[in-house]
Amino acid sequence: MSRTASPSLTMGPVYYLWDGPKWRDFHFRIADEAPVDRVVIGETVCSKRQHFIEPHIAEVIERLEAAGKTVVLSTLSLVTLERESRQIRELVADSEHLIEANDLSALGLLNGRPHSIGPLVNVYNAPTARLLAGRGATSICLPPELPFTSVEKIVAEAPAIAFEVFAFGRMPLATSARCAHARSKGRIKDNCQFVCGEDPDGLPVKTLDRQSFLALNGVQTVSHTCQALLGELAGLTACGISAIRLSPQDCDMVAVARLYRAVLDNALDADEAIMQLREIYPAAPLSNGFHHAREGAAWVARARDTAHGQA
Amino acid sequence: MEFPRLLAVPLNYMPLAAIERATGLLFTRVLKEHPDLFERLGEYRAKRFAFLPSDLPLAFIVEPAGPSIRVIRKPATQDLADASVEGPLFLLLALLEGRCDADALFFSRDLSVTGDMEAMLAMRNALDGADIDLPRDLSKLAGPLAPLFGRMAQDVRRRALNNETSSWN
Amino acid sequence: MELICPAGTPAAFREAVDAGADAVYCGFRDETNARNFPGLNFSRDELRDAIAYARRHGTQTFVALNTFMRAGDEEIWYRAAADAVALRADALILADFGLMAHVAERYPEQRLHVSVQASASNVDAINFLVDAFHARRVVLPRTLTIADIARIAPKIRCEIEVFVFGGLCVMAEGRCSLSSYATGKSPNMNGVCSPASHVRYRQEGKELVSELGNYTINRFPAGEAAGYPTLCKGRFDIADSPAYAFEDPVSLDVMGEIDALSAAGVSALKIEGRQRGKAYVAEVVSTLKKALSVSPAQRAPLLARLRGLSEGQKTTSGAYEKRWR
Repeated sequence: MSRTASPSLTMGPVYYLWDGPKWRDFHFRIADEAPVDRVVIGETVCSKRQHFIEPHIAEVIERLEAAGKTVVLSTLSLVTLERESRQIRELVADSEHLIEANDLSALGLLNGRPHSIGPLVNVYNAPTARLLAGRGATSICLPPELPFTSVEKIVAEAPAIAFEVFAFGRMPLATSARCAHARSKGRIKDNCQFVCGEDPDGLPVKTLDRQSFLALNGVQTVSHTCQALLGELAGLTACGISAIRLSPQDCDMVAVARLYRAVLDNALDADEAIMQLREIYPAAPLSNGFHHAREGAAWVARARDTAHGQA
Repeated sequence: MEFPRLLAVPLNYMPLAAIERATGLLFTRVLKEHPDLFERLGEYRAKRFAFLPSDLPLAFIVEPAGPSIRVIRKPATQDLADASVEGPLFLLLALLEGRCDADALFFSRDLSVTGDMEAMLAMRNALDGADIDLPRDLSKLAGPLAPLFGRMAQDVRRRALNNETSSWN
Repeated sequence: MELICPAGTPAAFREAVDAGADAVYCGFRDETNARNFPGLNFSRDELRDAIAYARRHGTQTFVALNTFMRAGDEEIWYRAAADAVALRADALILADFGLMAHVAERYPEQRLHVSVQASASNVDAINFLVDAFHARRVVLPRTLTIADIARIAPKIRCEIEVFVFGGLCVMAEGRCSLSSYATGKSPNMNGVCSPASHVRYRQEGKELVSELGNYTINRFPAGEAAGYPTLCKGRFDIADSPAYAFEDPVSLDVMGEIDALSAAGVSALKIEGRQRGKAYVAEVVSTLKKALSVSPAQRAPLLARLRGLSEGQKTTSGAYEKRWR
């Protein structure tokens, strides 16, 4: 079976702490210039950061919708405090927008109404996807860790759901109750002074042998490498993926979106796109290892990938 | 605890064949008591394991696939085994009895593992799962090494437990 | 409160039962559980014997099927669940929604526990699992303080089990891909974290270097105790200063707080360590069992003895204590 309609682009939520105006201007520019269909907004990593973007949410939604984008509201990925639970309950109760669930509480509260599932919810197989669909999920962004062999099977065996794949950005790898970012700057989470705001693209974690390895983003740990599925887009399209997710980094995301759109439209060769992407986002080496069932940090060159592919 | 020097020195002069014969006897005895000892090794059954007592001039090479045990004089060349563990004899015996935690194995610098870590982990788990009890298992055995092993086996338990160090995950 | 104890082999299982465990948890010898280490775990026959042994001693057996089903190979997990049910396991410990739904539907009488790997960290999350899959107990993630637990307990409709002793995940469990990022093998998909297959130690001058995959996880100067290169407990460089970025190589010990945990509404205390040796299991279980039956004043020396057993090992109360964050 093959669903060959060209996938749409989704701009994922900004995982990093950007100050209010930077966050607003980023979304304004996405609204005005980026060829994306859906934009997911809202603090996903740390509830303490919520107030930075709150004053700008209404104007950002308005601008995005005026530009014809679908706005989806993201929920927190780790919910432990009553205040955080209350915030999700209120969002679910009040929102007129589609909500993207990133933890189990949101899944529970959204039962029976249409919603999205974010990449931080563990969907590793089709029975899980079908179960979530039965509770109202209409789209699922699969976890970055999934190999293509799993993606293919899930999409084939859960036809009622629109699947999305995390195709650009540093990969969210872990979340902790503890804030390594604050600790690295001599603070703890409860007294953090929002020091994660000093690193809008994450704080590099290197090995003692100076190998770039990870990056800290508040309570979240992300990869040093940047997931870049470009040579893989044809295969993803062929297997029936509905959307391609771009996760914002501190670079020209409009250019990133245009690049992915061009490859999806067969207007740009993937190898050329990879070279251009390295120039647009030079801060991190590209990787696609998870997709190829390798270590996530690995880069599998395209020639090898497509040698036996359907592209 | 180190292997008593006075006992270790004569091993330098004892004919290797005699040592190997005694060791083989112990090995056979243990396998007779625990016929499925190496079953847990799964795919690692085909590997060769070296046990290198740091306080003895000898190296013991175990091949579960045989099963067989060989004794060679040190220095042993590395490629005799896929995975090696080196440390004081009492710790190696603790490992044999499954009285030594995997973590102690990996963490304490008294015991160092080289080569195929996964194979050695499998070996350690196989030994731990086997209920080897040296005083009991070797009680039916007569010979010069039997009382020595019996005495040491008692001490091993206490020692091994005191070597629990860090944890894994 | 019940004491829930780990067993990686039948030998450790018997030790745990003999030492007074109220329940022992274990897994099959494959990727259906999160301690899929070489040489560890139970064949079907071994589990049958273990359950029989436990039952004779009034001990329960919980079977952990707490990895996430690999797409296309769900049958491996379904079969494991069917076998565990047929062998009359007292509870299945599950993390994957698809598997939970399967078990709840096929075996409605089977007691279902939510694994820590499911990351149910709040009231709404737990009640979702109770409503959707009839979960009878939830193992709480090690991301909550005791005050958080006390707040959650009265609002949920199932029992609470918490980790009190043993290894400590720094990250929210079941939501960590650090290991697969470096090695291609993850707890969620393969049941392993920082797998031995990817570990290397190398001597560099006076320093011992531990590596996982292609990455240096730590360097130990001569004389310093070397650690296993568990990724989140490695030493890294942040802004040119080397430090344990996520957590020191410590293990969890909150046995000092068992009265507070009991008051908070916890039903069961869990010991981590299916990969630990049987001697360790015997010692920890018997000591903690004793500690639960005596007065707080008598408890302290018992627990001190246990720490003595782990000489040189540092412990932490982890997220149960707010300052840890």
